[in-house]
Amino acid sequence: MNEFVKALFDGLSLAAVYALIALGFVIIYKSMQVLSFAQPGLLLIGGFWVVEFSMRRDINFFLAVAIAVVFATVTGLVIERLALRPMVGKPVFAVAIMTIGIDVVLRIWALDLFGDTLQSTGDPWGIGTSTVGGIVLGHRRIAAIVVAAVLVVALLVFFRYTRIGLAMRATAFDQEVALTQGVSVARVFAVSWAIAAVLAAIAALFVNLNTGSLSPNDAAFALRALPVVVIGGLDSIGGALVAAVIVGIAEQLTSVYSPQYFDWVGAGFAQVVPYLVMFIVLLVRPYGLFGTKEVERV
Amino acid sequence: MRGRPNLVAEYRSDAAIFRSNVQRFWFVLLLVVVFYLALQGRPDSPLPQLGPLHLGRDWMILAVTAVFASIGAIGLNIVTGYAGQVSLGHAFFLGLGAFTAAVLGGVEEVRMVPDLATGEMVEKTLLVGYGLDMIVWLPAAGLLAALCGLIVAPIATRVRGLYLAFVTLGLVFLGTHVFKTAKGYTGGTNGRPTAEVRLWSFRFDQDGEVFGFFMTKEQKLFFLGLVLLLVLGLAAKNLARSKVGRAMAAVRDRDIAAEIMGIPLTRYKTLAFVISSFYAGIAGALLWSVITRVQPGEFNLLLSVEFIAMILIGGVATVSGSVMGACFIVFLPKVVEWLAGVPLFDLVISTGVGEGVFDIFQFERILFGLLIVLFLIFEPLGLYGIWIRIRNYWKAYPFSY
Repeated sequence: MNEFVKALFDGLSLAAVYALIALGFVIIYKSMQVLSFAQPGLLLIGGFWVVEFSMRRDINFFLAVAIAVVFATVTGLVIERLALRPMVGKPVFAVAIMTIGIDVVLRIWALDLFGDTLQSTGDPWGIGTSTVGGIVLGHRRIAAIVVAAVLVVALLVFFRYTRIGLAMRATAFDQEVALTQGVSVARVFAVSWAIAAVLAAIAALFVNLNTGSLSPNDAAFALRALPVVVIGGLDSIGGALVAAVIVGIAEQLTSVYSPQYFDWVGAGFAQVVPYLVMFIVLLVRPYGLFGTKEVERV
Repeated sequence: MRGRPNLVAEYRSDAAIFRSNVQRFWFVLLLVVVFYLALQGRPDSPLPQLGPLHLGRDWMILAVTAVFASIGAIGLNIVTGYAGQVSLGHAFFLGLGAFTAAVLGGVEEVRMVPDLATGEMVEKTLLVGYGLDMIVWLPAAGLLAALCGLIVAPIATRVRGLYLAFVTLGLVFLGTHVFKTAKGYTGGTNGRPTAEVRLWSFRFDQDGEVFGFFMTKEQKLFFLGLVLLLVLGLAAKNLARSKVGRAMAAVRDRDIAAEIMGIPLTRYKTLAFVISSFYAGIAGALLWSVITRVQPGEFNLLLSVEFIAMILIGGVATVSGSVMGACFIVFLPKVVEWLAGVPLFDLVISTGVGEGVFDIFQFERILFGLLIVLFLIFEPLGLYGIWIRIRNYWKAYPFSY
């Protein structure tokens, strides 16, 4: 029983990380109907800035994160301005492929800056654990859940109560109408990329929930968050959160129980579980659990 | 209709493979030049050389890769270009082809292991391999991939646009996992040796005489690829200009409108997936047979993107564009290598340790990303579009219109 509860908790912490990355996808998608494949690159570069400042320059970890957040914001803004803005009005698929190009460039840049090795992010959680009711809870996992919860609430408040948040909601609802009402759609695009970049950078701290390290291979983690977005429905923030919990827990349960009960699926099967869940959901609901069904006119 | 290639008076000529005799002439000339270059593409060639166009061994290897990759690119163009169904799953089908070929045409690997129960040494098959002929494994690779395309199609035809991109992307990740797990067939993470390229007793993967003319293995493989490319390219071209092709184009342009006009959507989407997978299977089988070793990790998203780049850079929904794009992408590393020696560029690209900003591989990746982006923004029609523009410019020369 303890094993199961621990798996649930670990799954929830995984879900928290998925939720962070997935929110980035959804925010970009809602504001400009673009699917960003650049998230792995953003995650890598954001995480490595934390490494740079906290480990190499020996700055306090939280201060390093703050600096990395600023850097990530700038990266997001620059990418949006240079690469995405000229693509407004181009076919969706062209823009999606374009973000793959951005991802390639970002990853190479990260690789060039930080090398091919495993780096510690220098976070204060280490391998510390607390035992609650016989269940071992990793400190980093608790931190992941708390950070994700705080960020999600902050974002919801941001969308609900700030001016630019209102502008973002208006743009998501109808870009042209928002434009005619005087909303600066360009600024909305910029802000959404900045938010997505920051979320990816924060998520990078929790990619390896056990060790807190980061290596270039971890970029693939952000791609595992793609099914989360699809399962929830591309344009639903709530959907992304629900899907993150489903996928996180499903993945964790698989990785805990598959060697015991169905070993034939092979090692690392848990990592393809998000995709399997996605296949099943899409077969039943082609627009995800909470996605808006496209209305087609001929 | 000399000088007015866009004027079409009959449906017949509209659907013709070559619109005019001029096109036919240049096509034949291109074939002849390629043929000649390939024939003298070895160090001690007896044929006179065409100036600097002498192809060394390294160029021939790339040329072989390019023709085989062209077949795969044509396949992707059928589903993505002609039928408009974005597929990021091409790597999966290439992998299926490669591993099918490796299993059917590869050698069996057995090792003597002690039996735990009796203590005697018994034979244990580490890798399944049947050592069959190319006449078996090549079609089989295509057919198995096509079959998998058929199996995936029900999911793929249900979803559209970006959701489809994800489904096919998921396919790549699932595929990699399956390839890594089925150790008896694929050799696990480290991969396995691939099939021998041998047709009846004729070995394509060894140097030898052909009709009394000595050829290196690269030359033989190149001609094999060229023949296959011509056959499969022509087949794709014919598909595109037939009823099926027009139906696919209608589905691409507006699937709901197509459905209203009585085109069965599911059937044509499925068909596009199956045919495309077939091409991918063939291409995968050949590409990896040439490099003699295949590893599951190679069939990742980046490979799919490389093929997407081929058709985007070459030209969407054109057979010739697929070939151009494939050649472009395959020869890109060579071009970057050459660029590294050029002044100005050598400041950016390093050939040794500690000089330049990026090494050759990194620069190639960045260039690759940039090229996709630039082509998407400035020339959505790809190299094919550039070619059309150059042609039109010279047609009206010296006037600009």
